[in-house]
Amino acid sequence: MNQHLPVLLVVVPLVAAPIAALLNRPRLSWAVAVAATLWALYAALELLSQTMATGAIHYELGGWTAPYGIEYVVDAANAWVVVIVALIGALVTPYARKSVEQEITEDRIPLFYAAFILCLTGLLGIAVTGDVFNVFVFLEISSLSAYALIALGNDRRALTASFQYLIMGSVGATFIVIGIGLMYVMTGTLNMADLADRLPEVASSRTIPVAFTFLTVGITLKLALFPLHLWLPNAYTYAPSAVTAFIASTATKVAVYLLLRFFFTIFGATFSFDVMQLDRILMPLALIAIVTMSLVAIYQENVKRLLAYSSVAQIGYMVLGISFASVLGLTAGILHLFNHALMKGALFMSMGCIMYRVGSVRLEQMNGLGRAMPWTMAAFVVGGLSLIGVPLTVGFVSKWYLVQAALEQGMWPVAGVVLLGSLLALMYVWKVVEVAYFREVDPELGISEAPLSLLAPTWVLVLGNLYFGINASDGVGVATRAAEMLLGIL
Amino acid sequence: MDTNFVVGACLLLPVLGAFLVLILGSRPNVREAATLLTGGLTFWHVWGLLHHVREGARPRLELLEIVPGVQLAFEVEPLGLLFALVASFLWIVTTLYAIGYMRGHHEENQTRFFFFFAIAIAGALGVAFSANLFTLFAFYEVLTLCTFPLVTHHQTDEARKAGRVYLGILLTTSVAFQLLAIIWTWQLADTVDFTDGGILTGTASNGVLSAILVLFVFGVGKAAVMPFHRWLPAAMVAPTPVSALLHAVAVVKAGVFTVLKVAVYVFGIDLLGTLAATTWLAWVAAATIILGSLVAFQKDNLKARLAYSTISQLSYIVLGALLANEWGVIGGGMHIAMHAFGKITLFFAAGAVLVAAHEKDISRMHGLGRTMPITFGAFFVGSLSIIGLPPAGGSWSKWFLGMGTLEAGQVGLLAVLMLSSLLGLYYLLEVPVKAFFFRPPDGTDHDKGIKEAPLPSLIAIGITALATVGFFFWPDLWYELMTMVISGVAQ
Repeated sequence: MNQHLPVLLVVVPLVAAPIAALLNRPRLSWAVAVAATLWALYAALELLSQTMATGAIHYELGGWTAPYGIEYVVDAANAWVVVIVALIGALVTPYARKSVEQEITEDRIPLFYAAFILCLTGLLGIAVTGDVFNVFVFLEISSLSAYALIALGNDRRALTASFQYLIMGSVGATFIVIGIGLMYVMTGTLNMADLADRLPEVASSRTIPVAFTFLTVGITLKLALFPLHLWLPNAYTYAPSAVTAFIASTATKVAVYLLLRFFFTIFGATFSFDVMQLDRILMPLALIAIVTMSLVAIYQENVKRLLAYSSVAQIGYMVLGISFASVLGLTAGILHLFNHALMKGALFMSMGCIMYRVGSVRLEQMNGLGRAMPWTMAAFVVGGLSLIGVPLTVGFVSKWYLVQAALEQGMWPVAGVVLLGSLLALMYVWKVVEVAYFREVDPELGISEAPLSLLAPTWVLVLGNLYFGINASDGVGVATRAAEMLLGIL
Repeated sequence: MDTNFVVGACLLLPVLGAFLVLILGSRPNVREAATLLTGGLTFWHVWGLLHHVREGARPRLELLEIVPGVQLAFEVEPLGLLFALVASFLWIVTTLYAIGYMRGHHEENQTRFFFFFAIAIAGALGVAFSANLFTLFAFYEVLTLCTFPLVTHHQTDEARKAGRVYLGILLTTSVAFQLLAIIWTWQLADTVDFTDGGILTGTASNGVLSAILVLFVFGVGKAAVMPFHRWLPAAMVAPTPVSALLHAVAVVKAGVFTVLKVAVYVFGIDLLGTLAATTWLAWVAAATIILGSLVAFQKDNLKARLAYSTISQLSYIVLGALLANEWGVIGGGMHIAMHAFGKITLFFAAGAVLVAAHEKDISRMHGLGRTMPITFGAFFVGSLSIIGLPPAGGSWSKWFLGMGTLEAGQVGLLAVLMLSSLLGLYYLLEVPVKAFFFRPPDGTDHDKGIKEAPLPSLIAIGITALATVGFFFWPDLWYELMTMVISGVAQ
C-alpha cells in the first residue's frame, strides 16, 4: 500500500466526502470526517518521513509514464505543506463537532462535513500533484467547497461574503487556467518537470511572459496579496468558526506554495526574477500589505475581522521572504508559511471558543473574558505573542530569518518594516487583551469556559507555537532544504 | 553536585515555585511559605555556583539549538553571577516584605501576584546566566511580558494606561533596535556567544560598529537611558513590592546588566574605546543622570521621586560601561549590587509608609519619623548609599566610577557625577530630615493609630539597610567578581 500513498492521500478523502453526505446523520458524517482527516494526517506524516529518508517520491497515476500521464510528486518543498494541511484538518474536525452543532442548522451538518472533506481533498491535491492542469482541477474542488462552507455561516452576510469570494476566486482560477493554457500551447506539456525543461526554449516568445503574468495575478489573488485581498476579510469574518480556522491556516498557505512551485520549479528563479523582475512587484506589495493591513487591523471591532486583516499582513511577510529570491529569504517565507498556520489556527480556534460561549466575537462582547474563559484567552494571548514575534514562539523564528534575509541584501528599510509590523501586531493584539483582562465581565451572562473538545485542539496548536519556537532547528532545516531545492542549488 | 544541574536548578526552581503558588493559592500561609522556600533554595543554588566561579570555572548548560547555530544556552560568568546573587537574594527579602505589605494593604489577586513574581525571577536569572545574545534577548522579553500583569496589578484604567506605556516602550525598543542589533551582530560575527574580549573586533568599519552600539544602548529600554525612560515612572502604579524588586532590581538591572554584558563580551572594552559613538553615548548617559536627578527634585510623590532617581542611577552603570576602561566596568558592575540594595531599601520604606500611614506625598510625611523611626532610619541609610556617602556601600561603586572617568580623561563626566550626588543629597535626604525634624503641617492629622509597618516588612527593611552598611565594610565579594570579569577580558 505504501507505494500508493501519494494517491491514497487524496483519494480516500475524495471518496469519504460523498459518503459523509449520503449517511446524512450529523454524528455519522462527523465520524467519517474524523476518519478521513486522520487518514490524511497519517499518510502525510508517512510521506514526509519517506521523503526525508529517501528523497523525492514520484508516483505515476494509473501507470501512465510521466510527461504523458498525471504524476504526483512529493519532495522537500511540498511534504511539509501536505503535513500542515492534514494536521490542521485533523485538529479542526474534532473541534468542529460542537462548534458546528451550534452554528449550523442540523439538516445541513452532513453537507457541511462533505464540503469540508472535499475542501481538504482539494488542498491536499494541489500540494501533491506534479501536473499543472491537475492543480487547476483541485483548486476548483477546494475553492467551490470553500464557497459553500463560508456560505453556511449563520450571519446572513456570510452569503454576500461567499458570493464575493466566488467572483474573485473564479477570476483568479480563470487567470490561472489561461496561464496554464498558454504554457500548454507553447510547450505541449502539462507536467511540471517537463514544463521546466521546455520553457527555456520558448521563454523569449511573447506568450510565455503573458502566461507568467496571468499566473502571477491569478495566484496572488488566491493567496490574497494586497491589493487582491478584498475577498478575504469578509469571508473569514462571516464563515463558521471551524471553517475560518481551517481555511485561514491552509487555503492561503497552499496558494503560497503554488506561487513557489510556479515561479521556482516551473519558470525557474532566473526567468522569474532576472527576466520578469518579479521582485520589483512582489516586494513593494508585500511591504504595503504588512504596514497598511496591520494598521487597518488595529481599527477593527470584530476580532475575527481583525485577525483576517492581520492574515493579509502576514501573507505580506511570506511574499516578502519569497521576493528576496535568496536561500535565507525563501527559508523565511516557507517557515512563515508553517508558523503562520500554527498561530492563526490557534487564534481563530480561540475565537471559535468565544463564539461558542458568547455568541459573538465583537470586542464589546469580550469584556472580562480573561477571567470568565481563562484557558481560551490564554490561548489567544500566546497565539498573539507568536503573531507579534516574541522570542520562544514560532513567530520569532520567522522574523529572525526575514530580518537576516533583508540585512544580507543590505535592505535596511525592509528590515525596519518587518520589525515595525511586529509593533503594529502588538497594538492590535493588545487591544483585545486589554478588553479581556481590564474590564469586568457581566456576571448575568453566566459565561463559562469553553468545552474540552474545543479547547484541546486549540491548545495543541498553542503548544505547537511554543514547541516549534523553542526547538526550531528541524523546521529550519527542512525549510532551508526546500529553499535550496527550489532555487536549484541542491 | 554537577554544575550543569545547579545552573538548571537555579532557573527551574522559581518556575516550580510559581506553580506551587498556583496550586496552593487558596491557603495563603502555605503559599507564602512555598515562595520563601523556593526563594531560599534558589539563592542557595546560586550561592553554590560562586565557589566554582571563584576557581575560574564557567558552569555551562546547553539546552537545545533553537535555530541552526544559535543555542538556548547558559553560562555562569562573574558578572552574571553578581546579578544573579543580587536578584535571588533580594527575591527572598522582597517576598518577606510582600507578605506584610500585600496583606496589610489588602491587595487582591495575591496568588496571581506571587505567581508572576516568581516567573519574573526566573526571567531575571535567565538573563543573568545567558550564554549568548539570543538567549539573553529571549529572557529579556520573558521578563518584560511576565511583569506586565504585575505592573497592571490593580486593573484600573490608570494601570491599563501605565501598562501600555510600559509594554509599548520596552517592546518597541527591544524589537526595533535591540533585535536589529543582535541580528546585525550575528551577520557580522557569525556568532552571538558572549566571549571574553568581544566578538565584533575587526568585523566592520568604525561607523557600522558605532551604529550597532547605538542600537544596543537605546534598544535596551530597561536601562532607561533618556529618551526611553518614560516606562519606569509609569510602572510605579504597581504595588510597592513590585516597584521594589522589579524596578529597583530585576527589571532595571537586567537592562544595565545587558548593556555591561554587551560592552564587555560583545564589543570588548578595547574596541569600545575606539568607537566614535562611545563618547557621545556616554554624554547621553551623563545627561540622563543630571536630568533624572533634576526631575526627581520636583516630585512630591515619593515613589515617583524614587523612580526618577532610579533613572538617574541606572545611567551611572551605562556610563561605567561606556567609559571603556577597567575602572568604569568595575564601578558599573558594583553599582548594580550597591544600587540594588540601597534602592530596594528606599522602596521598602516608601511602601511601609503607604501601608502604615497611607501617605504617598513627601510633603505629608513631616513628623512621621517619630512614629516610624525604623522605616525612616532605613530610608536614611539607603539614601546615603545612593548618594555615595560612607558608611554605605554606594560609596565604593561611585569611587570606582569616578576613577573610571579620570582614566578616560573625561573630567567633565566626573563633574557630572559630583553634581548628581549633590542633587541626590538634597532630594533623598529631604525625606528623612523632614520626617524626623519637621512638625506635621496643620491639617494633616496623623492620628495616634499609626505604628511601624507590619513585622515581616520591617524585618525585610532591616535586612537590606544592614546589608547596605555592611557592603561599605565588606565590598570584597562584588569587587572580586568584577575583577574576575576584567581579568577574564585581559587574558
